[in-house]
Amino acid sequence: MRAMFASRLVWIGIAMLAAGALLPLFASGYVLGLLTVAFYTAVFAMSWDLLFGFAGEVNFGPTFLIGLGAYTAGILDARLSPHISIWLCVAAGAAAAVIGGLLLALPALRLRGPYFGLTTLVAVLLLQSFIVVFAGLTGGEIGLSVPDVMSIDANTNYWIAFGFMAVSGAILFGLSRSAVGLILQASGQDSVQAGALGFNVVKHKLAAFVVSAFFSGLAGALMVFYMGTASVGTFVDIAVGVQVIIAAILGGRRTVVGAAIGAIFLISMGELLRPLGELATLIVSFIALLVILFFPDGLLGILRGGARS
Amino acid sequence: MAPTTLEVSGLTKRFGGLVAVKDLSFVLRGGEILGLIGPNGSGKSTAMKSILGVEPPSEGSVKLDGIELAGLPAYRVARHGVGLVFQHSRPLNRQSVLENIKVALLPDRLTQLVAGADADAKARSIAERVGLGAVLDRKPPTLAFADLRRLELAKAIARHPKLVMIDEPFAGLTMSEVAVFSDLIREFRDEGRAVLLVDHNVKGVAALVDRVLAMYLGEKIAEGTADEVMRDEKVRRVYLGGALGTAARPETAFHDAVPLLQVEGAGVVYGKALALQDVSLHVHEGEFVSVVGLNGAGKTTLFNAVSGLVPYSGAIRWAGESLKSRSAASIACAGIVQCPESRELFGDMSVRENLDLGGNALPDDARAERLEWLFGLFPILENRQAQLARTLSGGEQQMLAIARALMMKPRLLILDEPTLGLAPVILETLSQALEKLRNTTTISVLLGEQNVTFALPHADRVYVLDHARIAWEGPPDRFEEEAAAAYL
Repeated sequence: MRAMFASRLVWIGIAMLAAGALLPLFASGYVLGLLTVAFYTAVFAMSWDLLFGFAGEVNFGPTFLIGLGAYTAGILDARLSPHISIWLCVAAGAAAAVIGGLLLALPALRLRGPYFGLTTLVAVLLLQSFIVVFAGLTGGEIGLSVPDVMSIDANTNYWIAFGFMAVSGAILFGLSRSAVGLILQASGQDSVQAGALGFNVVKHKLAAFVVSAFFSGLAGALMVFYMGTASVGTFVDIAVGVQVIIAAILGGRRTVVGAAIGAIFLISMGELLRPLGELATLIVSFIALLVILFFPDGLLGILRGGARS
Repeated sequence: MAPTTLEVSGLTKRFGGLVAVKDLSFVLRGGEILGLIGPNGSGKSTAMKSILGVEPPSEGSVKLDGIELAGLPAYRVARHGVGLVFQHSRPLNRQSVLENIKVALLPDRLTQLVAGADADAKARSIAERVGLGAVLDRKPPTLAFADLRRLELAKAIARHPKLVMIDEPFAGLTMSEVAVFSDLIREFRDEGRAVLLVDHNVKGVAALVDRVLAMYLGEKIAEGTADEVMRDEKVRRVYLGGALGTAARPETAFHDAVPLLQVEGAGVVYGKALALQDVSLHVHEGEFVSVVGLNGAGKTTLFNAVSGLVPYSGAIRWAGESLKSRSAASIACAGIVQCPESRELFGDMSVRENLDLGGNALPDDARAERLEWLFGLFPILENRQAQLARTLSGGEQQMLAIARALMMKPRLLILDEPTLGLAPVILETLSQALEKLRNTTTISVLLGEQNVTFALPHADRVYVLDHARIAWEGPPDRFEEEAAAAYL
C-alpha cells in the first residue's frame, strides 16, 4: 500500500517535471517569467511543509528565512559588485538564513504549543522593521536594487529556477521519506513518545529547521538575482508568508510535492485572474478557503482521489 | 550477569505548590513484575513519568543498575534501557505497522537516511512476537483497538529495555485479549526484564504481579503481595471507606411509578474503545444515587450520554420520554443539569457573575430567592461573591460549580467526581451540603465518584461501574460485603 502511495507521489512529481521541461518549447516569455517566480515560491512552500507537515511545527514566519537569504545576498552584491560573484552572494544568503534560523529556533523550539509559531511571527516583524529602519543599507521601503542579475534571458532564468526546484524538491522529498524523516514525523506527532523511544526530539526538529532555512534562504537569494531587486513587499511581508503557507496547505500538506503544486497553482491563478483587479485576490482566497475546508488533503488529495485507504 | 535493578529513592515531584509524588522509594528487580496502583490523582502516573524523565523529578534518585537517571531528559533515560508503553498513542497513521515498528529501531542519528539492513527482519520478528504478524502492512487507523495496544508494546520492547513500564495495561481490552496481554507481559518478566504495571486497583493486575505498591495522595501507603495489599487497612480505607454509617432510604420510599430517569442498555463507543456497555440504571424523584467506579470505568461517559453530549445506543428516558433526539441544551432545560468533573467555571468572572449566569433563565425575584437559598447551603460563597472564580481554592470552586448548577433549578443534578483533588477537610463541608440537599429538597442526585467514603453515606442506592459495565447494584450498607472484591 505504502509503496503504491509513495510511487504515486513520485509519479505525480515526475509528470510535473516533464510538463515543466517541455513548456519552454512553446510557452511565451511572459508565461516562463511567471513560472520562474512560481518555482521559487514552490521551494519556499516545500521547505515550509518539511517543518509543518513532518516536524509538526507551524512556522508563521517563512519570510524571515526567505528575507534573510534575499537581503543578505542583495546587500552583499549591491555593496561589493563587481568584485563579488553573485553565486558567492547566493551562498552567503543561504548561510545567513541558516544562522538566523538557528538563532531563532534554538530558543523557540524549547517553547510549547503555539508559542513557537508566535516567535517566528515576531521574527518577521523584527526583520521588516530592521529593513525599514536601516534604509541606508537595505533600501528601506523603496527596495534594494542589485546591480547584477543571473541572466536577462527568460529561458535561462526559467531553466535555473526549474532545475533548482527539481533538485530541492527531490532532496526535501527524499529526506521526508528517509529514516530521519520518519523520526521527524514521530517527533512531530507525539514528542513525548518519541522521547520515550530514545529520540532527541529537539535535535531532530532543529535539523529540520536548518534544512528548511537553507532552502528558503537559497531560494530567496536566487530570486533576488532573477528580479534584480529586493523589497519588503516581495520577500518579507507577512502577506508573502501567508501565501507560502496557503500554497503548502492548498497543495496537500505532508507530501512536499503538494506544496510545489499549491505554489504554482496559486501564482498562476493570481496571474490568470489579474484582469479582474482586486477581485482576483478575493477569488483565489475563496478557492483556497474552499479547498482547505472541504479537502484537508489539498489539491493533491483531490488528484489522488480514491487512493486513500 | 547480575539481574537488572531499579532503585527509586526519595522520589519527589512538585508542580508549583502541589506535591504530586512525595518521597517515594522502592526497588524493582529484573524478572519481577511490580504493580503500582492508586486511585486517580494518587501520583502513580506522575511517578512513572518521573522515572522516564518526561516529568523531571524535583528531588530524589532513580538508579538503573547503578546509573543515576534522575535529571536526564527522557530520550537519554530511554537509551539507558527504559521503555514505556503509553496508554494513549499516536502512531504514524500514514505508515504501515511494520514501518511504525521500524521507527522504534532507528538510531537517534541525523546522518542515517536508510534504516539498517537488519531492521526489517527485526521489526518482523517483534511484530510476530506481539501478535501483529497478520496486520504488518495495514495502517494504524484500520487496526482494532487491541492491535493498536500491541503496536505500542512492540515499539516499547524494540530496543530491548531492561525496564518496561506499562500504563493501564488492560484498559479497553476484552477478557480474552487481557489473557493474551498477560502472557506477553509474563514473557517480558521471564526474559529477565523488570516490569512496572501502573493501574487503578489491585484487582486488575493481581493475577500478574509479584508485588504491589499502593499510592495515595502522592505517598506510598502499602507494599507487598497482592493479597497483603488488598488486606491492608489503609488501602481498604482509601478504596472502600472503611466502616460507614449510611442512611439509605429504601426504594419503596419513592412513590413515582415511573422513575424520573431511566437508562436502559446504554452503550457508547469512542473510536474503537468500548466506553460504556449495556448499562441500565434508574433514579427516582428525590432519590440520591451514587455510581462508584474507578477512573476510566465509564462514569463520565454515562453522564455525558444522559446529558446528550455523546451519541449512544440503547434508551435513556426522562419522566418516561425518550431523550434520544433532543439536544444537550434542551435536555438541560428539561431539568437535567450536569456538574462536570472539570467544573468548567468562568475563571475570570466573579463568584456572583458565575451564579447569575447559572440563573440566567430565571426571573429576577426567583433568581434572588434561589441565590439566598444557595448561600444558606454554601455560606462561604456569600462572603466570596466579588472574588474571581479562578482565585478560589479547589474546594470553593467545587462548591461554586455545584451552586451554579443548582441555580438552573435542576430536577436531577449530576455530579461528576466532585471530590477530585480536594483535601479531606473540604470533603466534610461538601458532604454536609449534599446531606442538606438530600434532606430538604426533592432534587434527585446522580453522583459519580471513585471516593467511596464520600459516595456511600448519602446514597440511597449504589451502582458499581467497572470496565464500562454495571458490576453491582444495591444499598450502600451491603457494598463492602458484596462489591468490595470487585472494586479493590
